[in-house]
Amino acid sequence: MGQGMEHVLLILAACVYCIGSVGYFVFLVRNGENVHRAALGMLVAGAVFHGTAIVLRSTAAGHLAVTTLSEALSFFAWLMVVAYVLIQNRLRLRILGSFVAPLAAAFVFGSAILPSHMIPTSPLLKSAWVWLHVSTLFGANALFAVACAAGILYLYQERAIKKKRLGPLYGRLPSLERLDRVNHVCLLIGFPLMTVGLLAGFLYASTVWKSPWNWDPKEIFALITWLIYAVLLHERLAVGWRGRRAAWLAIFGFSAVLITFLGVNLFLKGHHTLFVIQ
Amino acid sequence: MDIYLVGMNHKTAPVEIRERIAQVCRMDANPLEQRPHCKAVEELFFLSTCNRVEFLFTTRNGSDGVQEITELMVRLIGLPKDTVLKHFYVHKNLEAVRHLFRVAAGLDSMVVGEPQILGQIKDAYREATQYRTVGVVLNRLLHKTFSVAKRVRTETNIGCHAVSVSYAAVELAKKIFGDLKDKRVMLIGAGEMAELAAEHFRGHGVRDMVVANRTVERAVELARRFHAQTVPFAHFLDALLDVDIVLCSTAAAQPILYAADLKPRMRKRKNRPLFFIDIAMPRNVDPKVHEIDNVYLYDIDDLKGIVDLNLSERRHEAEKAQFIIDTETLQFQQWLQTLDVVPTIIALRRKAESIRQAELRKTLSQLPGLGDKEKEAIGVLTESMIKKLLHDPIVFLKKKSVRESKNLYVSFTQQLFNLDQEDAPARSLDCTDG
Repeated sequence: MGQGMEHVLLILAACVYCIGSVGYFVFLVRNGENVHRAALGMLVAGAVFHGTAIVLRSTAAGHLAVTTLSEALSFFAWLMVVAYVLIQNRLRLRILGSFVAPLAAAFVFGSAILPSHMIPTSPLLKSAWVWLHVSTLFGANALFAVACAAGILYLYQERAIKKKRLGPLYGRLPSLERLDRVNHVCLLIGFPLMTVGLLAGFLYASTVWKSPWNWDPKEIFALITWLIYAVLLHERLAVGWRGRRAAWLAIFGFSAVLITFLGVNLFLKGHHTLFVIQ
Repeated sequence: MDIYLVGMNHKTAPVEIRERIAQVCRMDANPLEQRPHCKAVEELFFLSTCNRVEFLFTTRNGSDGVQEITELMVRLIGLPKDTVLKHFYVHKNLEAVRHLFRVAAGLDSMVVGEPQILGQIKDAYREATQYRTVGVVLNRLLHKTFSVAKRVRTETNIGCHAVSVSYAAVELAKKIFGDLKDKRVMLIGAGEMAELAAEHFRGHGVRDMVVANRTVERAVELARRFHAQTVPFAHFLDALLDVDIVLCSTAAAQPILYAADLKPRMRKRKNRPLFFIDIAMPRNVDPKVHEIDNVYLYDIDDLKGIVDLNLSERRHEAEKAQFIIDTETLQFQQWLQTLDVVPTIIALRRKAESIRQAELRKTLSQLPGLGDKEKEAIGVLTESMIKKLLHDPIVFLKKKSVRESKNLYVSFTQQLFNLDQEDAPARSLDCTDG
């Protein structure tokens, strides 16, 4: 049971996210309190449907539903939406919704398209280490996604100011300092999370496969991603990098995240497509 | 009943008359006090700003009303009648409503989209309510005006962009720094424009200012005015380390700041952004400075360019606003038209009610044995019969109220029910069922 219901909920969530994206797009072009409220409402509704679907699937599977790429995408999108909904008021950066909503919609649709056979649960997946590994890394990735979005906005806005041609979005975008600050804070929180997540993964791997490092493609790409963010953090804190360069590096870093997260799973085989080995 | 608007504004009146208007603006005596002398005028609203004088009124006799108000206005301005008269405009009904909406939305202002006018209209309305010169029609019209103006503000970008050089500079600074409260502004040189811009920055929360000027007296004078510190002019380069916004306006013939001076200092600043506003002519800051990362340099031409762009943007937005105003005007017109049938409806209800009361009294006096409960039941019975009987004719009249033929139906109804027009209540009564 639940399988059909869960699928319906997922599709429903994707549709609601789509409507939210349209709302946020309208909000981007034309300011309006009501438009924003409606779009945010859509996101919240989508998150509720989506969360219910994840809970249904997790209870059906007997472990947190993040074991296939389809599930992982869906879970990641959900975390991102929830994180955004929770912080959007504090951040006063409503424009970010214009990134979060379509990204969530795309991820959920992607998740619906990908094969969604359920992995039978195993003691391997029930470890607290897996849970720690997945949640911290997903949290970090969501923050890096926000940093990347802020970076894109920063570059657009900075370019407009430098070129002295203030585009149509000039009145709508937050200040450079705020965007840079968002980038900075996301990095400050995201990087330790990522470090913890990777360490948890290595520790767990060493108990399961007897070695922390197995030359798994995902491990290699994850390490590269970690290095990029380490460089960014170092340059920011020690050298005083900010603004344009930091924005570029945040975008670069998030591309690496996407490759690690999606590319490796789709095109390369390793023990993160894990459950083939069962 | 018609709505009229008589007035003049900065477009129709030459400067010498506008000067008079400005004086009228400062007068204590309110022309609303004169309303008792205007026999033909029912409701009256008066607005005067430095750029316009407008009388809005309702009347049953258009020509007399306009005549009386024009005379009042000529007296008010205090210039010979012929010189004043030709600058007047007179709008009637739909046009008057549209004009008022346009004025409130800032479309009729000298600087299109400026927001002050709405506040001025609200003040004028408050006065009119104090003098009790506005009734059902103008109350409704002015409340509608406020909501239309608000709609234009929220649905178009008409008031979004700066249309003065100093304000454009402040807006840019906000785009770069966000909150200006914890930012430091340095004035290099003490030109008048720089002073104006500094004033704007203070108005937007900047508290921390530094002045560097060649003549120390002037620097001290400015510093006192802005509660600022002073820095010796020779050392302004070092002061660049801990300021965020720099306003340059010295009379130097050569640039006083080159990119090579700034680069090492940016490193020391840990690349915190630095915004130069160069309003000197010739320019004080070498344009190459703009190429450094996290440094932004805008000169007077750049700022003027932004202002021009914003002005044309506002004109574009004004077209959207005009569309909103047109639809709202039509809606108001519909409400206005229903007003014409309201007195007849009220007379109809009154007649029915008086018949009911008379018959009820007769019947009850013949049935002394009835208890309170029964009496009440009979009362309710008669009331609901009347209501149901009158329901269809009233709906019919309301429906016809937006048609050209409404007068025909109104007069039919009056003859059919033998309604005495004299008994019909004046429109200024509460027509809540309109």
